[in-house]
Amino acid sequence: MADVLLEGRDLKKYYPVTKGLLQRTVGWVRAVDGISFAVERGKTLSLVGESGAGKTTAAKQILLLEKLTSGSIFFEGNDIYKFSSSQLKTMYRPRVQSVQQNPWSSMNPRMRVRDIVAEPLVVNTKKSKDEIRSRVLELLEQVGLSPNQADYYPHEFSGGQRQRIAVARALALNPSLVVLDEPVSALDVSIRAQIMNLLKDLQKQYNLSYLVIAHNLATVRFMSHTVAIMYLGQIVEYGEAEALFERPLHPYTRALISASLLTLPEDQDQEVKQIILSGEMPSPLNPPHGCRFHTRCVEAMDICSKVVPEVKVIGKQRVKCHIYSDPSVQSAISSEHPDSAGRPRADD
Amino acid sequence: MSEILLQIEDLHTSFFTRAGEFKAIDGLSFHVNEGETFGLVGESACGKTVTGLSILRLLPEPAGMIVGGKIILDGTNLVELSKKEMRAYRGKMISMILQDPMTSLNPVYTVGDQIGESVRLHQGLRDDKVEDEVISALRLLRIPAPEMRLRDYPFQMSGGMRQRVVGSIAMSCRPRLLIADEPTTALDATIQAQYIALLKDIQKQTDVAIIFITHDFGVVANICHRVAVMYAGKIVETAATSTIFKAPRHPYTIALIRSVPRLDRKDDRLYSIEGQPPSLLNLPPGCRFAPRCPDVEEVCRKQQPPVVEISDGHSVSCWKVK
Repeated sequence: MADVLLEGRDLKKYYPVTKGLLQRTVGWVRAVDGISFAVERGKTLSLVGESGAGKTTAAKQILLLEKLTSGSIFFEGNDIYKFSSSQLKTMYRPRVQSVQQNPWSSMNPRMRVRDIVAEPLVVNTKKSKDEIRSRVLELLEQVGLSPNQADYYPHEFSGGQRQRIAVARALALNPSLVVLDEPVSALDVSIRAQIMNLLKDLQKQYNLSYLVIAHNLATVRFMSHTVAIMYLGQIVEYGEAEALFERPLHPYTRALISASLLTLPEDQDQEVKQIILSGEMPSPLNPPHGCRFHTRCVEAMDICSKVVPEVKVIGKQRVKCHIYSDPSVQSAISSEHPDSAGRPRADD
Repeated sequence: MSEILLQIEDLHTSFFTRAGEFKAIDGLSFHVNEGETFGLVGESACGKTVTGLSILRLLPEPAGMIVGGKIILDGTNLVELSKKEMRAYRGKMISMILQDPMTSLNPVYTVGDQIGESVRLHQGLRDDKVEDEVISALRLLRIPAPEMRLRDYPFQMSGGMRQRVVGSIAMSCRPRLLIADEPTTALDATIQAQYIALLKDIQKQTDVAIIFITHDFGVVANICHRVAVMYAGKIVETAATSTIFKAPRHPYTIALIRSVPRLDRKDDRLYSIEGQPPSLLNLPPGCRFAPRCPDVEEVCRKQQPPVVEISDGHSVSCWKVK
């Protein structure tokens, strides 16, 4: 049995839309609408999707920056909404840390790196000044910065180095889970590789769990053990990373993969046919009936606009799509060779 | 062989600040053929955007200036034109699409007004004719219901639609050269795929040449015919797109391609280039990549490598490549 660290069950977060002088609620933005997932100890779960899919909203609920509309979050088997505030302070918050997307805005420009990295220790522990100082230097070394840079200010560092500082700060309290919200998307290509390698090394070293929020699929494939593809507040496909990338089942996953695959010019006119979706993601204020993806789906059927698809389990994946409601289709896919399920292959 | 539309020879562009001279572009030479897409690839601050601004002569003078070289468009050296003469080229012969459609449109004018502005200026049409041109520009970028949409304000449109409006403005006078500076970076993956397909289609219809500035090799593979890789103000390698991917020769190009995670296979570790690009204020005397290069030799640190054409259309600037 997998060792689950954090589990989200049927999470929902609706934001009210208000109107007029009395600010009456006239509607709800369904930013996250019933998602379930599990982060295993020492493993990485990635939430993937385009802007407006609800990835960051989901992360905010886990970090307890907002209160869920409904649903529950279990940490090591305990419902965190049943914790008292002092229990949260000792048993949950210090163990779940985060690294934000933009290292230019996630740090106070008036604080020295030493103090930035020390802040979680000052707030959460009763360590002495000397203990804190030596811990900070140790952390900086772990993320590949030199101890004599501790007295510098954030503006004296490049983007990649700042992201290293943010990682050091997140690790200060020896967390079990780190929420990484687009950890490399603000960095240059050659620097991204450095940071991603660092994150993977740290994961192995400390048996860390990561919840990665990302839109770049190649980054996700490199980082993840489990992947959740989100569309309009829902998870449309969920499963083991390798299985999902080798055999994407949901039409949206296929389109996303096709849009991000590297296709060389000479391949373009041949069998590698890009799937180009029409239209844009509809508003979460008024999501489409039935399957939320049916307005853009290349394989949409009549039923898709009327009935919400059930979640089907196929191999190591969970998929929410009507194509798989037919038992004959399901068994056909399970017995098929994993590579032949409509995924365009590119030459290595 | 198609005709050369734009020829850039030994271009130097610098920014003069209190801290000293930033050589943003230092001896750049390349050409763009008619009807082709030429990619300029590199990391931040390598000079890609400044190249685009230099061609359009939109540098923030006098802080930023072209200090040497030629930019020859269809026989005319743009560097020698007066400001007034240049104005007739900008928007008419050459136009530009910027990265962020949220900030490149004016929020208080309708999109029809903004597209009409360049039509009016360059074609001197009467108001009723202007609207026809605006509609046809919107139609070229496949904006649905253009007759209605031209009365919309930018805030009423999504990011993808706004970027199409920016494209409509750029294409409204049917330019011969389009400079697209990271036009899809701010867009979502599926919208990015739509936009690139659209640009390719427009190129087929109008035969416009495109300089495509990007940091994303995936996008390069999808749209560019030829590519130049830039590092710290210089081009290190120029080749046809498939050559760049299949047989790159410059260590920086090789490292850059290897450091991008691949979607079509599982990597355990990414190749990474140690260190950071040099400061443009304090450039190394020899090859600019020497401090980070895995195959560095004595000569690399002392002298700048010459540009060598190793096969037809494939040139590399590295001491190791002969």
